[in-house]
Amino acid sequence: MKTRDLADLAFRNLREAILRNALTTLGVAVGVASLVAMMSLGVGLQELASKRLSQSGLFDTIFVTPKNNFRGIGRPQREVEADKPARTLDEDARQAIEKLPNVIEVYSQVRFFTEVRFNNKPFATVVAGMPDSSRNSGSFDGMQGNFFSSPTANEAILQIEFAKDLSEKPASLIGQDLVLRYAERQALPANDDSSSPSGGPSGGFSVVPKELRLKIVGIVETEPAAGYGGYGNARLLMPLSTASTLRAAQVNDLRDIVRDNTANKTTYPSLSVRAKSPSQVETLEASIKAMGFAAFSLLDASKSLRTFFSVFDLLLGIFGSLALAVATLGIVNTLVMAILERRREIGVLKALGAADSDVQQLFFVEAGVMGLFGGFLGVLFGWLLGRAITFGTNVYLKRQNLNPIELSSVPWWLVIAAIVFAILVSLAAGLYPASRAAKLNPVDALRYE
Amino acid sequence: MPNAETAIQLDRVSRQYTMGGATIQAVNDVSLSIARNEFLALLGSSGSGKSTLLNLIAGLDRPTSGSITAQGQNLAELTSIELARYRCNTIGMIFQSFNLLPRMTLEENIELPLRLAEVAREERPGRVHEVLERVRLTHRLGHRPTELSGGEQQRVAIARALVNRPKILLADEPTGNLDSATGEAVLSLLRDVQRELGMTIVMVTHERPLAERYADRLAIMGDGKLLSASEITKEAAQ
Ligand SMILES: Nc1ncnc2c1ncn2[C@@H]1O[C@H](COP(=O)(O)OP(=O)(O)O)[C@@H](O)[C@H]1O
Ligand SMILES: [Mg+2]
Repeated sequence: MKTRDLADLAFRNLREAILRNALTTLGVAVGVASLVAMMSLGVGLQELASKRLSQSGLFDTIFVTPKNNFRGIGRPQREVEADKPARTLDEDARQAIEKLPNVIEVYSQVRFFTEVRFNNKPFATVVAGMPDSSRNSGSFDGMQGNFFSSPTANEAILQIEFAKDLSEKPASLIGQDLVLRYAERQALPANDDSSSPSGGPSGGFSVVPKELRLKIVGIVETEPAAGYGGYGNARLLMPLSTASTLRAAQVNDLRDIVRDNTANKTTYPSLSVRAKSPSQVETLEASIKAMGFAAFSLLDASKSLRTFFSVFDLLLGIFGSLALAVATLGIVNTLVMAILERRREIGVLKALGAADSDVQQLFFVEAGVMGLFGGFLGVLFGWLLGRAITFGTNVYLKRQNLNPIELSSVPWWLVIAAIVFAILVSLAAGLYPASRAAKLNPVDALRYE
Repeated sequence: MPNAETAIQLDRVSRQYTMGGATIQAVNDVSLSIARNEFLALLGSSGSGKSTLLNLIAGLDRPTSGSITAQGQNLAELTSIELARYRCNTIGMIFQSFNLLPRMTLEENIELPLRLAEVAREERPGRVHEVLERVRLTHRLGHRPTELSGGEQQRVAIARALVNRPKILLADEPTGNLDSATGEAVLSLLRDVQRELGMTIVMVTHERPLAERYADRLAIMGDGKLLSASEITKEAAQ
């Protein structure tokens, strides 16, 4: 029989026993739906976690310091010379690192503890410079107000806790000005009569109090500059470039001075290197180490996280597959019942000239069609189920005053895989009934009852 | 030996069933030659092996021993797929219980053999119409079998059997479920069709008077054996 006739007849037969076949198809759909819902939840959670983590900068950032920075003072220097000479982390080094493949940006962390005046009242806080790329980090999603209008704007974004300190109605702060009071480093001219023959260590620096007026443009509830690299959580955020020009005295400055011997070049106590993706961190970290710097990242943590999610996905998949296995038995049952009911029809078909293979294919196509419809419906149900779970979770999160999240994700590969899987499973379920129908003896089937 | 005029040649055909140790000789050593365009009536009491013999000729079943040649084809030599094609193209079958598929319309029932024979789609409506016209049921095209009377259903079954233009028509008690007037109408239709199209008919029946009126020859079976095969003389038919 031609494929089209086979399909015609299969659809006909399915339509005739519409209720039973619809219920069987629904069974497949529920199986596929639970599989899709489970998988979409797994994928969604993984995406959510890896998105949050990569946006947090924790997993695509490498923290670079001069090699001996990690040594305690008074530790012998010998070990350093053992492999590579320690390099100074200066502007040249910064540019060299920036040229490495897969580097998005290299920036120096600016973070200092200072005093802020608002309404003529003093408040103490930690200020952090935010690189422009942090705009897309996710930390600023759902913030009140706006991100900095330009990378060099004299603007500030406040962390909500700090904003609450400033005013009982934090939202009213947006648009107002505050005054940043900070201590500026001013390098002292190196003394010519210095005892150092090498032209030597700089003469140190003096600290001059300065003020800068900043406009409050936004308030965040997250911690975009959470404790990282040993600093405390920053509560006042400003553009990194603006913060850098302040030359505010930083925590590392003193140590920096001790070993700084190239007074004309900017040196950094540390640099943050952002890789294009967490997967490139490992090789990048190795290249930076090879350049003679100390580097570390939280890659190992992300590795174990990925392992966790693989296992998680596997478990979800197994539970979903169980539901589909039950649905498969439903197909087998429906088709076997259909054979008993359609004995005479099969006998007539054979008497009219149907080959065993025609009968077999007919049952096979019927199973496949149920699988196809079940697959489509199942993907739809699964998607709806995922939406419902996301919705429910977000209602809960909202009550807890937390930002909504995208909990389930149904990517294209999951849609296609689920439908193909449903068809394959249904065909497998159709194998036994179809061969049984094909083997049916027409003489027995046609005997007058 | 079969010659060009022979449609069906049975040579010492036997079919036995074994059920729980007991052997039943449903058809026992039957030899019979059926000529082209002959209308043969197969008579015999219930359980004498008539249906079994018909199924053997139809290629729905294979003999335990002996050989069957139909339209020049030795059925024993055909594979099961070839046998299916033989049923499709050479044989038309009608039954006591009509065996129309109740879920399909008349048109779809009649189209079924065309689908199986892989006749081109465009050709099918014409072919369906042609046979329906022959049985004078064109106006019931879209009806379902259950909406028809027994006689009409049997006429649809005849149309379905004819649609692939078979050389041999096998009928197993086609009037068994019909009252005598309707039965007679069906047989008269069968004979008309046979004369117009030219084909061999083997019909199983209980009713000797009917058989004598319409068939060319009577073959009588008893207990699996062929008891006699005789031409019907005009006197006997009277
Ligand atoms: N599939 C079968 N299994 C066992 N016995 C059968 C089978 N088919 C037919 N028979 C037996 O063979 C004999 C002939 O049956 P059948 O050809 O149907 O007779 P008829 O059509 O003349 O009434 C009967 O005794 C019947 O019980
Ligand atoms: Mg019988």
